[in-house]
Amino acid sequence: MSVITIERKVLEKNDELARQNRLLLEGHGIFAINVVSSPGAGKTSLLERTLEQLAGRLNVAVIEGDVQTDIDARRVAKYNVPAVQIVTAGGCHLEANLVHDALGKLDLSNIRLLIIENVGNLVCPSNYDLGEAMKVVVASTTEGDDKPLKYPGMFRNSSVLVINKIDLLPYVNCDIAALRANALRINPSLVVYETSCTTGAGILPWCDWLLARSAAVKH
Amino acid sequence: MHELSIAQSIVDIVRQHLPKEEAVSVRSVRLRLGVMAGVVPDSLEFCFAAITEGTPLQGARLEIEQVPLRAHCTGCGRDGEIAPTLFACSECGGTSLTVISGREMQLRDIEVDENAGVR
Repeated sequence: MSVITIERKVLEKNDELARQNRLLLEGHGIFAINVVSSPGAGKTSLLERTLEQLAGRLNVAVIEGDVQTDIDARRVAKYNVPAVQIVTAGGCHLEANLVHDALGKLDLSNIRLLIIENVGNLVCPSNYDLGEAMKVVVASTTEGDDKPLKYPGMFRNSSVLVINKIDLLPYVNCDIAALRANALRINPSLVVYETSCTTGAGILPWCDWLLARSAAVKH
Repeated sequence: MHELSIAQSIVDIVRQHLPKEEAVSVRSVRLRLGVMAGVVPDSLEFCFAAITEGTPLQGARLEIEQVPLRAHCTGCGRDGEIAPTLFACSECGGTSLTVISGREMQLRDIEVDENAGVR
């Protein structure tokens, strides 16, 4: 019987591929965001509103992660932006190698903003760096105001919080001030936006932020 | 359920460290797991047992050493353990914290039996 010392990170392979993705994206001057949320928080609707708003103003590409279907990719295709679909076939999160393959299918020379829509899940995607500049977590008012306390890992790892479905506030049991306070407690440096993809409220400031951040990347 | 993909990563790394010339079987695998790593130990053990069948790791014990969430408080300067759901300094209640540990997922070492057969 003998002991063999290993001392390696379990996800080192993913981390290394993420590092390569990051170098590739930065090398092309692309601002990349990894959008995460629980299922049904409105990631794809936010994406649609965002693409609508940024049309003609910024070259955007999309990597669309989905467990089983290409429904989301077809929704995005209407906006005439380069989009690559990743079907994880049951997998609960995107991994860096999948994004690496997807990047190979895009003409990176002409992209300023890459939006990666992760699989709807607030646990698993938090462990897998994809090579993005930052994570954006979407939480909707219908999920209640305690989400950040239940999934601290994801809120801690994200740089931006988009509180979506604010048009439903009168009908749901969600205290938006408490939602903000809970999120900022877990991560005081979170930038917070409030949106409704139904009424369009708050979409402009969010898109202005994306424009500013994309412009700030050197190319 | 990303525990399956994590179990697979563990198996892949362990196999790289096994001697190639002799038949060995792995008795145990030691893993450091942060409480905020987003991994459910029971689920990881279940997946590990399932995917190691028919490999040199079959029947190996997965020994999980849980690492508490510890942070440095920039308010009062204290280093200490904090509750993941509160994310506040247990001393002064401050929320400006730098995480010291609690997110790791580190494969430490393995114990192998050189005289066992199955490969």
